[in-house]
Amino acid sequence: MSTEARPMPASLATAAELRRRRIGRRRLLNQGLIYGVATLLALWVLLPIYLITVSSFSPRDVIFDYPKSLIPQEVSADSILFFANSTGVIPALWRSVQVALVALVLSLLIGAPAGYALARYAFRGRNAFRLLIVSTKAFPIVILSIPLAVAFIQAGIYDSIWSVALMHTALALPFTVLITSSVFVSVPRELEEAAQTLGCTPLRAFLKVSLPLALPGLAAAAIFTFVLSWNEVFAAVILTLRERTLPALVLSVLTQSPLPFRFAAAFFMLAPSLIVIFFIRRYLIGLWGRVIK
Amino acid sequence: MAEIRLERVSTIFGKVRAVDDVELTINHQEFVVLLGPSGCGKTTLLRSVAGLESIHSGRILLGGREVTDLPPRKRDIAMVFQSYAVFPHLTVFENIAFGLRMKRIQSAEVKRRVESAAELLHIGEFLQRHPAQLSGGQRQRVAVARAIAMESGVILMDEPLSNLDALLRVEMRAELKRLLREIKATTIYVTHDQVEALSMGDRIAVMRAGKVVQVGNPLEVYSAPADRFVGSFIGDPPMNFLTAELERDGGRLTAVVAGGGRIPLDEPSAELAERVGEGLVAGIRAENIEVARQAADAPGNGVVARCLVVEPLGSHNLLTLALGDTRLKAITRPDYDVAPDEDVALHIDARRIRWLDSESGLAIGPPPQAGSPVPPA
Repeated sequence: MSTEARPMPASLATAAELRRRRIGRRRLLNQGLIYGVATLLALWVLLPIYLITVSSFSPRDVIFDYPKSLIPQEVSADSILFFANSTGVIPALWRSVQVALVALVLSLLIGAPAGYALARYAFRGRNAFRLLIVSTKAFPIVILSIPLAVAFIQAGIYDSIWSVALMHTALALPFTVLITSSVFVSVPRELEEAAQTLGCTPLRAFLKVSLPLALPGLAAAAIFTFVLSWNEVFAAVILTLRERTLPALVLSVLTQSPLPFRFAAAFFMLAPSLIVIFFIRRYLIGLWGRVIK
Repeated sequence: MAEIRLERVSTIFGKVRAVDDVELTINHQEFVVLLGPSGCGKTTLLRSVAGLESIHSGRILLGGREVTDLPPRKRDIAMVFQSYAVFPHLTVFENIAFGLRMKRIQSAEVKRRVESAAELLHIGEFLQRHPAQLSGGQRQRVAVARAIAMESGVILMDEPLSNLDALLRVEMRAELKRLLREIKATTIYVTHDQVEALSMGDRIAVMRAGKVVQVGNPLEVYSAPADRFVGSFIGDPPMNFLTAELERDGGRLTAVVAGGGRIPLDEPSAELAERVGEGLVAGIRAENIEVARQAADAPGNGVVARCLVVEPLGSHNLLTLALGDTRLKAITRPDYDVAPDEDVALHIDARRIRWLDSESGLAIGPPPQAGSPVPPA
């Protein structure tokens, strides 16, 4: 028996058949269009990342080659090592980590209870509060930073990791509150009530039931804060002089640096964010899907 | 002794009296169903007993101990939630053991109690699974086992079967009834499903708009509703209501039915005899209306109705009849042959009528004779 599909004689193709084919063709076209646009968008983001990565792992002289070959011919860690060994990079890296960790802890400590309250209690002015949180995003850091710098100078914490960490906490808080509130909304209230009928105090019920269930979401919010702080440069530049975080340092020395140094710096800044987002992406998509619903 | 006493309990949400001056006593080891349409306050009342909702006035006593202001954990109750509220991050074993661990019971005893509760609900083989790996019915069993393992004497159930599919619900209904009898807990069971209420409860408390309208055993509530609402809410089909007026005809009382027909009352109650000349409502169950061909074998009291719809349901036929503007439901044998649009004679036995005031809807006089003269099958 032949497994080949026999072509149908044209005379037998009914009108319905033709219509079905036409619709099929149109669907194919639509799908092609969607994939085409998606590919373009992906390239828009991925191409620079790819070029940066390739350049930072190429020997220095290759970087100036023209035309560029898309496939790296030689791999070398020279640029990366050069960047890592230059003055101030390691201390700045350490400061960046400290700032990000402090911002992470503070934003969770302040943001998660607020998120919980938004999720669980119908209090007067809840919607206004929610709106207020979002509206803080309407003030550009550019405008906020100058008065903040003055305030920090007066308070005596200018040019320290604490001022930057506080600033980053403030920047991250709206997201932390909204993300954690959506996380706590997804933990049914009846679970806490059930725990209470089974012998828990309200606090214990929260700790034994809601917290473990919310943990992945809280972790996502924390990591989000970490990435935000790690990448934030404007406030860091304004609020520090000598005690710079890594992005602030890179930005300030960038103009006087050779090209390989810049590529290496870019890769250095890029990598942690990419790794983090890679690990939490599935959770974030789930989370946002729920918020949109 | 785990008797539950509610004394003049009221709960107010904003301006709404969700629970309005409820007085109810549930005896030791009794199974009472709180039945009512959604929003009638039955769940709020149950949550008040659990301590999840605070009440505005009144007192709640469990086993003679006042618990009105105690938090749930100090009331010694167990509750089964509508959504089951099984903890998704714990195994079935840890779910059932949760309350016992809170009580710091020795682990050997915990194991024994969890296993015996799981045994009772036939979920012994799932103890190491997580709830996500269970079906809805199995999760429900976990929730019940968790409540039973508490051995608390009082079990509160909030529509535990409403999330199950129809077939499973009927099966679980009988199983729960047997189980609760076996463990001898005092139970309050909330439902909006009158079949569930009739089939499970020792007594039923019917609620409406925050008030308990009637408390009685299933047969009482079914055949002698306290008012028109209870009659129309309980039973499938609901009770029929005929508008009628009482007349004194010589020495006899007769009810003149709007739409035609006279029903003689042989042994009217004293309360009813006072209502001569007033408008009343005759409440009659579908199975207490005898349907007959008009001309031939008419034992009827001259009530003639037009048959609108015949629904053969296997065990019986359900007729929808029109008497003037009133729609009636009547039940006949499955082989009883009547065509739509045919006129039929109805025989209504006066002893089975629940008389109601036409304005207030409240019942008048003693309960009617219970039971069905027409066996449905």
